[in-house]
Amino acid sequence: MALNPKKHEMPTQAPAVRARNFNEVALGYTAEIAVEEAKRCLNCKNRPCVTGCPVNVNIPDFIMRIKAGDFEGAYRIINETSSLPAVCGRVCPQETQCESKCSMGVRFEPVGIGRLERFVADWHNANATEKAVPPAPNGHRVAIVGSGPSGLTCAGDLAKKGYKVSVFEALHTAGGVLVYGIPEFRLPKAIVAKEVETLKDLGVDVQTNVVIGKTLTVDELFGMGYEAVFIGSGAGLPNFMNIPGESLKGVYSANEFLTRSNLMKAYLDKPVTPIMKGGHVAVVGGGNVAMDAARTALRLGAEHVYIVYRRSMDELPARREEVEHAMEEGIDFRLLNNPVEILGYSNPENPRDPKNGFVTGMRCIKMALGEPDAKGRRRPVPIPDSEFTLDVDTVIMAIGTSPNPLIKDTTEGLSVNSHGGIIVNENGLTSRENVWAGGDAVTGAATVISAMGAGKIAAKAIDEALSAK
Amino acid sequence: MYRILSKTPLNPTVTQMEIEAPLVANKALPGQFIILRVNEEGERIPLTVAGVDPARGAVKIIFQIVGATTELLNRRNEGEYIQDFVGPLGVPTHTEGIKKVCIVGGGVGCAIAMPVAQAFHEKGAEVTSIIGFRSKDLLILEDEFRACSDRLIVMTDDGSYARHGNVTVPLKEMLEAGETFDLIVTIGPLIMMKFVTLTAKPFGVPVTVSMNPIMIDGTGMCGGCRLTLVRDGKRITKFACVDGPDFNGYEVDFDEAMSRGRMYFDFERHAHEETCNLFKDA
Repeated sequence: MALNPKKHEMPTQAPAVRARNFNEVALGYTAEIAVEEAKRCLNCKNRPCVTGCPVNVNIPDFIMRIKAGDFEGAYRIINETSSLPAVCGRVCPQETQCESKCSMGVRFEPVGIGRLERFVADWHNANATEKAVPPAPNGHRVAIVGSGPSGLTCAGDLAKKGYKVSVFEALHTAGGVLVYGIPEFRLPKAIVAKEVETLKDLGVDVQTNVVIGKTLTVDELFGMGYEAVFIGSGAGLPNFMNIPGESLKGVYSANEFLTRSNLMKAYLDKPVTPIMKGGHVAVVGGGNVAMDAARTALRLGAEHVYIVYRRSMDELPARREEVEHAMEEGIDFRLLNNPVEILGYSNPENPRDPKNGFVTGMRCIKMALGEPDAKGRRRPVPIPDSEFTLDVDTVIMAIGTSPNPLIKDTTEGLSVNSHGGIIVNENGLTSRENVWAGGDAVTGAATVISAMGAGKIAAKAIDEALSAK
Repeated sequence: MYRILSKTPLNPTVTQMEIEAPLVANKALPGQFIILRVNEEGERIPLTVAGVDPARGAVKIIFQIVGATTELLNRRNEGEYIQDFVGPLGVPTHTEGIKKVCIVGGGVGCAIAMPVAQAFHEKGAEVTSIIGFRSKDLLILEDEFRACSDRLIVMTDDGSYARHGNVTVPLKEMLEAGETFDLIVTIGPLIMMKFVTLTAKPFGVPVTVSMNPIMIDGTGMCGGCRLTLVRDGKRITKFACVDGPDFNGYEVDFDEAMSRGRMYFDFERHAHEETCNLFKDA
């Protein structure tokens, strides 16, 4: 039988339809498509895909289970190494990880590993009746700071080994960036809640509304009897460009805009938390967060949404799939453009004019690519006399974050680098005894799966350290 | 869920509650704030801590009924619960090394000013308090201020109680008469804090202001609470949730902060009216 050279297409909502709703864009494989796609896997001996996965999921094994129609068996294999399969199947950049190593990919399209993982996790969530059972306790207690991808992964791995794990979350809902940052149309919140429930079934204790560094300190956690602490507190304060007009009404950080829409549900018809909807929107930046913000703005009812990015499409850091989805939905990419000033309304006759202080436009300058910088990316340089104005009434800055100071400032002996990221060794151990860290708190803004990989490495190291006691 | 231990109306629009939150009660210091949600669908609102009783695990909050969320909160009674309560957030007011302080509070801002005045008093500082209200009906915490102040001046805008006029009048008189303070701490409406700062400026007295911008997470994530400080001619962005809420009054761009505070004015007014109507129908 000839192998299908192409991955089975992911069924999706039509662009014109999905651009106006918050339902998930990708609809997922059916069982029939999943089995057909699984047949494309060569089950090769050297398993290069596994090395491409930060948490080393036994990919060929689970795909062979799908091929055999044993979807629950496939789930069990994934779940041995990944605590959040329904999340990873949706938001991992598989094209640069497992799928980039796939032997099929040498001549054809690689196997749709991410789509298959998602299928298996969704099948399990819809059909499995058995709850996870906590293993026999081993008597050790571990505290996890933050319930984002690194914290949940670390918690899950340790709980499976019998540790009594408490997760401390600053916000009112567990999930970290999975609930406040990544929009519903890419990762439905019910899926995150389900994954958190699975961890609770394993015996993990999740305490919301506890800010480590404020409500409790890392040292107090040790005083409460925890023997190890993992810090997965995530990225921090949003960066701004330091150009005039960034304090005008209608200028958001992507963090704020996405938090209002996702966590606080401002996208609902009758929201309790307000957000500016409609009009013309410019999102500054070219990462995944910028794509999420732009597509959220569109779904909130914007007439026109621009992505303003200072380099070209080749340097745009967002996932290809997200960029393609955004383009299909009608996001207007203004590449090689850089904002220089945000313009606001000002009525000199009437200081009480309610329109005063709201955004009316954004001055931009055209850019050209110059010499490569230290990282090899070509440095954008402004083209003289090329300024122009985009007529917008909302501007969203999606240009990264700087680490949060709360834990660093209250944990003596915790070393951080010049960017404020927590310094760790190859096992995630910090400069403090029995304190591990991982995810964006260490690396600065990165991906969900790299944070999960860090949580996994730390869980292994914590287990080795505590079981040797 | 967090239990309401007590509820006391202080005036027709201002309510005091004690919320059971032992971890917060153990830690909170004057000048810090909490964030709460009344119910599962609720918005997050910041409120400054007005006092704690760690033995009972109680955190005191005092709020003015100004919008939909404070309206909902005010409908809850003693023994009932609110959904979320997190803190203490922000940096406590610095009280070290201050021997003579003037506390200037306005309206519901006096609820925040009062524990700050108490903290200075307990540290042995000489405390002068000036508290101002629109009218006699809105007066709160007079006895509490009297107990922790070496001198208390009460002002009403309409002259219906105590001295007629706003809080800058007695402050200016004192400064002009040669009175000196190590620090002025002012808490209240932005416009009042701006004018307290302007009043103090010719006399070179340091001024600390307590900012209360729009906020969501309150932990240094969203950036919605940003404000601008002007230092040596340079504009610097700061975040009230982790860098504040106290700032040097001479550096704060008050006009910008006032403009940003009105970002959702129409939305909020509408939401408050809807909430009130909801209760009318019921």
